[in-house]
This record gives sequence, structure tokens and C-alpha cells, in this order.
Amino acid sequence: MSELLSKGRRLDGRGLMDIRDLVVEANVIEKAEGSARVKLGNTELIAGVKVNLGTPFPDTPDKGLLVVSAEVLPLASPYAEPGPPNEDTIELARVADRGVRESGMIDVSKLVLVEGKSVYAVFVDVSILNVDGNLFDATSYGVVAALLTTKIPKYEISAEGQPVKTEETMSLPIQTVPISVTFAKIGNQLLVDPASEEEAVMDARLTLVSDDRGNICAGQKGQAGTLSPEQILLAASTAKLKGEEIRAQIKRGISGLV
Amino acid sequence: MGKQGGDSSRLISEQGLRLDGRRIDELRPIKIEVGTLKNADGSAFIQFGKNKIMAAVYGPKEVHPKHSALPNRSVLRCRYHMSPFSTEERKNPAPSRREIEISKVMREALEPALMLEDYPRTAIDVFVEVLQSDGGSRCAGISAASVALADAGINMRDLVSACAAGKVAGQVVMDVDDTEDKEGQADMPVALMPMTNQITLLQLDGQLNDEEFSKAFSWALDGCKRVYQLQREALVGKYFGTNGKTEELSQ
Repeated sequence: MSELLSKGRRLDGRGLMDIRDLVVEANVIEKAEGSARVKLGNTELIAGVKVNLGTPFPDTPDKGLLVVSAEVLPLASPYAEPGPPNEDTIELARVADRGVRESGMIDVSKLVLVEGKSVYAVFVDVSILNVDGNLFDATSYGVVAALLTTKIPKYEISAEGQPVKTEETMSLPIQTVPISVTFAKIGNQLLVDPASEEEAVMDARLTLVSDDRGNICAGQKGQAGTLSPEQILLAASTAKLKGEEIRAQIKRGISGLV
Repeated sequence: MGKQGGDSSRLISEQGLRLDGRRIDELRPIKIEVGTLKNADGSAFIQFGKNKIMAAVYGPKEVHPKHSALPNRSVLRCRYHMSPFSTEERKNPAPSRREIEISKVMREALEPALMLEDYPRTAIDVFVEVLQSDGGSRCAGISAASVALADAGINMRDLVSACAAGKVAGQVVMDVDDTEDKEGQADMPVALMPMTNQITLLQLDGQLNDEEFSKAFSWALDGCKRVYQLQREALVGKYFGTNGKTEELSQ
């Protein structure tokens, strides 16, 4: 593989900076307020959004709740096991959550019905159905597509100050669309969107999330290898360029549903 | 929670000083002691601002359960844990998802510096206990753990030195403290192997444009190099005099 990589080629014929085929399909789960099915090569998952009313955290009475979690289902790979999430899955969910939260994708201050008492609680759950590398990006795309297509019920505040559900719905208050781009370092080569066989031999992994205003808004290095300062700066500029392409592709995939 | 939206202008004064009086490019006071715990094979205590963190290393030792041993190298295991009294509100002592993630990235930040291949069929346990937390505890914990590993006599390619940079009140700052982390706009912890100039940990929470990203990254590296000096001095002190304490009260 390293011989191929030094020629700028990969096992599946891709160039170093090419992502695999990405298919994003929205509204696949009728009972969810928002949902998306993502295929990134053979990595496949469904993200679903459920929205209910909740009580805000005492230190943020003026903000709604937003929680992203992920689970690698036992059917997703011969190595996945049922039971409490392991550290890889916890990292995956926390990095996905970070991208959405830190980019300010959802304006959580607009999810408040009665300050300090009642807010929208938005739960995004990702069920990984097939594992073939780069769960970080696939999860990020699923979460973003599901949130973009989410329709939440509108509430009116009654005379007693209680929220009352109406028949009307609305979209979430979206401010930006964060896109995650993950790099693998194999030998001394950086490549994007590593597949399983590439992840198996990678020395280090770097995930960078960019928004549509030119900011990098979340990052995570993983694995027991190292990266040089130059590689990190190269990854930062590449993440933004690739991010723009992928953002446009996801938007095309869900157009007509937003 | 979230770094967007909040107004952090109170965090930097008109004179360009931060709440604790630091300049934007200044580290908090750092103090490292080596060999502070008797039972451990190696240990270190770091004070990094108000962070008080104990790191201990046990091993190389026999692996339990046995099947988790590797035939060609040692298994590195890390636990980052916060004491219930380390925070404003009591922290539930059960390991949180945050602590599990930090334990993982900490292990991955230390592993490149260790010659694990020198100790087949063994385990090396690294315990990092945050006794008081003050923002940047993972960086301080990694720096202390690396000193404890050296104190344990584990063969190493390099030390690992860690420091964060971030963005507060619209300005890039070195070494984000607790208040700045909560109210500021970005936090980027970085760990460096200083001799080989290789990055072993990089995380980012919050928004940075191109210029800010490069600046914060380069300041974090400067901070790592400063921490490296103190780690060296602490180790040299223990093994060649001054009984293993170094202190830096101001730069």
C-alpha cells in the first residue's frame, strides 16, 4: 500500500484527496422529526432527530438542548459487540457533537419556549449499519443532513404560561452547515476519507470541521502516531476546500426537502 | 458548553490583560515535582495555574487479563480521572464520557514517545488524577504523565509536552484557563514531542479563521516548548540535584 501511496494512488483507485461516493438521502424515517441515510463508500448509517420539550440546564436557562449520540450496531461489523459504548464510539459521538455545537449550526437561543422552564430538546441519534472506515465524516454528514431536514412542531404559550402544541411545524434555526473532513496519515502521506483497510494501517488520524464562513470549528487528532506542524496546516486548508465541495453535495442531496 | 455567541469581552481589559493579570501570550505559573508518590514506579505532580494534578506510572508489569498482552510490545493503558472535589460542583466519581475520551487521546498522545517494543508481554499503566481542575487539565496531565514515565525509567524517544492556545474576546491567547475556556471562543490543546517536532495530540473546540488557526497553533507549540524546559529541569533536578522541584512563577 505504501508503494501505491507514494505514487499518489490508493487500493480502490482513488487519488489521495478524493472521497468515496457519497449518497445522502433525507426523510427516510417517517416517525422522526428529521432523518438521513448516508452511504460513504460501504460505510452506511442512519441519523434520526427526535424533538421533545425539556427543562434547560440551570446555567443556560436561555438555551435549548442539543444532544448528538452514536452507536455502532452489532450488525454493522463482525467486530462490533453489543453492550455499553466503548471508547471509540464515545469519541465518535463526542466529536460529531462538537462539530455541530461549536460551529453554532443550530441557534439554540431560538429553541426556548419559556425561559428557564421549557425549551426544545433536540436529540440526534446515529445508528451505524455498516462499518467500512471513516465513521467520523459519515456520522457528521448524517447528523447535518438530518438536522437540515428536521421539522419541529410549533408551540403557543397559553394564558397560564404553558406551551401548547399546534399543528404547524417549522425548520430548526440553522446558522451554518459544518462539514467534517478526516485525514489518515500512512507513512508520510496524508489522504482523506480512509476506508477500513487504510484505517487498519494508518499511523495517525486528523478530523477537522469547517463552517461555511471560512472557520475551522472543531478538530480531533486520533491514533498513536504523530503529525508534523506542516501536515496540520496543510490539512486545515484542505479541510476547507474539500468541505465546500461536500457541503454543496449534501445540499444537492436534500434539495427540495429543506 | 458551546463557545458560540457569548460575549467574552470582559475577559481582556483595555490594557490587554486577562482576568488573572496575564498578557495574551503568557502562560500560567507552572510547578512540576518528580517522584512524589512512593509506591508508584514513576510519578509527578504538576501545578499549572490552579490545576493540581498527580500522575503515576506502574509498570512494565504483568498483564491482567493475560489475553490482552501483546507478544511484541507492551500495552499502554491510561486513566484520566477527576476527583469529586476538583470542580465547583461536585463531580460524580464514575468515569464520564468526557473522561473516557480524554483517557483515550492522552494514551495516543503519550504512546509515540514510548519504546513499547522494549517491553513485550507487559503492561504500563498511567494514572492521571485531577485533584483540582482549572482548564487545560488534559495538557497539564499529559505533561505530568510524560515526566512520570521518564521517572519510571521507561525507554522514551522524547518527552511529550502539552499546552493549549485559544481565542478570547476576539484575540488569540496562550494557555486558556477555566473561565476563558467556558466563556471564550475557542480552545485548542496541542501536545508536542519537542526534540522531533512531531504533534501527538490536537483537539479544537470553537471557531478560528485561517490566520487565527495558524497563530493559535504556533502559540500552543511555543507553550509546549516552555513546558518542555520545566519538565527537563524537574527531571534533571531529581536525578542531578535540587530534589526534583522546578518552579516558574512568572516569565
